[in-house]
Amino acid sequence: MIEQELTRCVASFYPGATGVAGAAKLSGGASQETWSFDILHPRGSYGAILRRAPGGYGAAPTRAAGLAAEARLMQIAHDAGLPSPEVMHVLRPEDALGTGFIMARVEGETIARRILRGEQFARARAILARQLGKVAAGIHRLPRGELPDLREMSTTKEISELEREYHGFNWPRPVFELALRWLRDHDPGPSQEVTLVHGDFRHGNLVIGPDGLRAVLDWELAHLGDPMEDLGWICVNSWRFGEIDKPVGGFGSLEELFAGYEEGGRKADPARVKFWEVMGTLRWGVMCCGMMQRFRSGPDHSMERAMIGRRASETEIDLLRLLAPRGD
Amino acid sequence: MQDEPTAVELTKAVADFLRNDIAPMISGHNAFKLRVAINALELVGRQLTLAEGGDAAEADRLAKLLGTPGSLLEQNRVLAQRVARGEFDLATPGLAQHLWQTTLAKLAVDQPNYSSYKRELGREKK
Repeated sequence: MIEQELTRCVASFYPGATGVAGAAKLSGGASQETWSFDILHPRGSYGAILRRAPGGYGAAPTRAAGLAAEARLMQIAHDAGLPSPEVMHVLRPEDALGTGFIMARVEGETIARRILRGEQFARARAILARQLGKVAAGIHRLPRGELPDLREMSTTKEISELEREYHGFNWPRPVFELALRWLRDHDPGPSQEVTLVHGDFRHGNLVIGPDGLRAVLDWELAHLGDPMEDLGWICVNSWRFGEIDKPVGGFGSLEELFAGYEEGGRKADPARVKFWEVMGTLRWGVMCCGMMQRFRSGPDHSMERAMIGRRASETEIDLLRLLAPRGD
Repeated sequence: MQDEPTAVELTKAVADFLRNDIAPMISGHNAFKLRVAINALELVGRQLTLAEGGDAAEADRLAKLLGTPGSLLEQNRVLAQRVARGEFDLATPGLAQHLWQTTLAKLAVDQPNYSSYKRELGREKK
């Protein structure tokens, strides 16, 4: 089993390690394989996470930054004092574990419903929007020169990619067409500045404790682009998990998010954030359709992917609420 | 004519069995997958109940909007194309209403607990 390979691998970078225990595949993160395990050591055990290529699937290959870039970004963020786990080891061929890396495990919750409903997170919920704003600003301020090679995106490029992906499904969705028209008609053009964009800054990729944000995970979709993309993406209704009137992840307001962003030394552009919210809503819809396609054509016939395909309609109602709202 | 019990009754019986008898015995990732399985069965049950009426109403609206008859898939392709070309937009009489009705009908099957759907349904009932 995987514990044998992990034991061998851990011995190579963790002096005194006597083995590993409790290796378990985590359910979160649909596009890459993530394992949790403990490194055993006479001084006590140390929680670790293995992140590795799943062998076949993942984000659309044109979008994925690659695991090596992901490891590098997490390390840069960690070194800059941002809430990001320490990268302990980048996998080598002789580890026989595939491609990927091992990082420190940050304890906390990533499941949105628990974060939004749990009594123990009440204090965190009150401060999270502001905190996320500040951390986003920190990510966007990471020096370009230190970053690994990343694709560069713009509003116009993103619209074209979404259109191409949607057309690839060959399934007519008049609401998506309406959204694509709207995006083209309202495209604000190139961003004044191009920065690192996390690309998937939302519930599921944020480790939350009772004290607030502890870690930002999953840099798989990181790229260079308009920093407002990250702020718009966290506002997509799909990440509010029922708390529909709290635009930031179902826990906070735009004002708090923007205030935190400013506290982090940057200024938000609310109009661009709104634009990216519409784009993000369509993007999640297209991703849902992509899951359906992988379900149909892939070998594993995953029921979860099939059911995510049926969530594309959620983004259609959200797009209508954004673009064709009905009177009160 | 197919015999009883109906497909709706059968899917409901299986979903009830999984929820009441199997779910308590399972934990971890498989418990999550079981919940997804139960959700899928319930979705199928809603589709069996609601799709016929919803599709008929959608076909009527599309025939009026496009001025031609056709299968639902063909009609949706034509509509999508007209929106893409800008021939139809939100100012086109009946378009917004059609998209809303069609989307609400999808949500009634796919995800009736979705927050936006519940919010919009409340608006309809007022």
